[in-house]
Amino acid sequence: MTGDLLNSFTVGPDESGRFGDFGGRFVSETLMPLILELEKEYENAKIDSNFWKEMDDLWANYVGRPSPLYFCERLTNHFSGAKIYMKRDELNHTGAHKINNVLGQILLARRMNKKRIIAETGAGQHGVATATVCAKFGLKCVVYMGAHDVERQAPNVFRMKLLGAEVIPVTSGRGTLKDAMNDALRDWVTNVEDTFYCIGTVAGPHPYPEMVRDFQSIIGKETKTQMLEQEGRAPDTLVAAIGGGSNAMGLFYPFLDDLKVSIIGVEAGGKGVNSKMEHCASLTGGRPGVLHGNRTYLLQDDDGQILEGFSISAGLDYPGIGPEHAWLHESGRVNYVSITDKEALTSFQLCCELEGIIPALEPSHALAHVGKIAPKLPSDHIICMNMCGRGDKDIFTVAKALNFDMDFS
Amino acid sequence: MARIDDTFSALRANRKKAFVAYIMAGDPDYNESKELLMGLPEAGVDIIELGLPFTDPMADGPTIQLAGQRALNSGQNLEKTLQMVQDFRSKNNVTPIIIMGYYNPIYSYGVDKFLSKAKLVGVDGLIIVDLPPEEDSELCIPAKNIGLNFIRLATPTTDENRLPAVLKNTSGFVYYVSITGITGVANASSANVSPEISRIKKETDLPVVVGFGIKTPEAALEMAKVADGVVVGSAIVEKIAQGESNKSVLAFVKSLAEGVHDA
Repeated sequence: MTGDLLNSFTVGPDESGRFGDFGGRFVSETLMPLILELEKEYENAKIDSNFWKEMDDLWANYVGRPSPLYFCERLTNHFSGAKIYMKRDELNHTGAHKINNVLGQILLARRMNKKRIIAETGAGQHGVATATVCAKFGLKCVVYMGAHDVERQAPNVFRMKLLGAEVIPVTSGRGTLKDAMNDALRDWVTNVEDTFYCIGTVAGPHPYPEMVRDFQSIIGKETKTQMLEQEGRAPDTLVAAIGGGSNAMGLFYPFLDDLKVSIIGVEAGGKGVNSKMEHCASLTGGRPGVLHGNRTYLLQDDDGQILEGFSISAGLDYPGIGPEHAWLHESGRVNYVSITDKEALTSFQLCCELEGIIPALEPSHALAHVGKIAPKLPSDHIICMNMCGRGDKDIFTVAKALNFDMDFS
Repeated sequence: MARIDDTFSALRANRKKAFVAYIMAGDPDYNESKELLMGLPEAGVDIIELGLPFTDPMADGPTIQLAGQRALNSGQNLEKTLQMVQDFRSKNNVTPIIIMGYYNPIYSYGVDKFLSKAKLVGVDGLIIVDLPPEEDSELCIPAKNIGLNFIRLATPTTDENRLPAVLKNTSGFVYYVSITGITGVANASSANVSPEISRIKKETDLPVVVGFGIKTPEAALEMAKVADGVVVGSAIVEKIAQGESNKSVLAFVKSLAEGVHDA
């Protein structure tokens, strides 16, 4: 789709769930009626002031919103270029942006009288957020998590169990987020009567990409207001990390039609975006295909078989990306880049040392790109990155990568 | 083109029900799988569903998932699956073959290129699990235009409002999914399925074939009493997983076919 056909970058999706050629509803017939029912319920909720009143109350008093917009003085001095701000979504209850969306979906599940909630999780942050909100509302919670991720994100597995969720390790495939999503869909198709599938990112069949984006847009809306208060204007550049792309969509969406704002999405480059496919950069290293209910950019071989991605960050370890990102990529509105594991690790340490913030590995990718562009920009240029999660869950992975001995006995 | 219609006409004339067998193309490898495919008609199979392997088969249980992985590991792909149909057609020009799988390998290959090649090698129909009526313009309509049957799944969640849309562009037969769930896990009940088939039959003249959760000759017989045909997949594939010889797999297939044809 070319730019001159558009009045706005915020009108999608259309009634068939498309953002340009991307998105759609590629699901089995068994799930189709459920997806239509969900769409109807969301359309009703969207214009119901009581729904948003309840969301606002929970966001404020349960999650702790608005999250601060923080000026990173020492990082700014370190790179001696643009002014660097962080949207502090890692300060949310449960430690990441994921809960913004989970609250919305669980309130929908309650409206639909569904008593059993299923979710997929990669890094475990979406699983923890879902388990948390289910505990609060007394709902049964089942979380599918790749066996490989269960191993590398052990603290989050324990958290989910403490919160009363059942965690099912998924052994099909390589045991990461993609495989967890397959098994969650298999659960949903089996338990259609009582089960609500709470998807953690802006992917999946329509209406999920739209719905999750809308719930996460609170990030960008707050950023707009806070930046106006602190700087009297909008930021010049936005940067966010992308696995499926929900924290990025949430930050970007309210700024899409402000064309003065440059927007950058950072994919996981793993060991480097090359022919060996040891990365998760779907836009940089993939091509369009159909998986998990939507058409989007996917890592795949010549036969259309889905490839396993690779990233040190379990939350970015997904071979696809939300369809709206695919469209923003093709329309040129958002620029997508990639950052390697090594670069992310360096930024992880820098953030700890200079700002006293232990970041998750996911936003460490965003920070690494900020570190690449900030030195070349003038001091009145404002960059805002999304600090979408805290790094407590990642300390074991990072310790291993840095050859740090965790045995203090 | 008319192989599926002709098959049902012939069965009806003999007052018999259709036995539809599913195997995964390339499982455990091309040659074994081709030999099994060639043997299916003589074992009593009326219609063949040939699985197109995919890494992420979201509607399938562990049995079919593993079969797909075995096939992919042995080097199977879309091109070789079409080759297998061509090999089959050089010996058999009667038994219908339906390609069953997921959309991405076809989309990746190119829809038009796939359809013309499929038509050329003698494919009769397609069952693509992740293409509901809402996405008909992707493959269903182009398939229909080129003369391939697009066989739609109807499920327990397909209500009165949706049924006309589900039946609209379906041809060949309607595949009724007996359970909510994935292949090869739960057991289907003919008592539950019977009223559903009557419901569908009120809306269409097409044959209604039942699949998912049918594992034994006895279960196939019971289901065949209430439907126009029965599909067995995972139970056959499970024999291949256990390393049974093609001869032994075909003996099992024959027992299933006799169950269905006795109904």
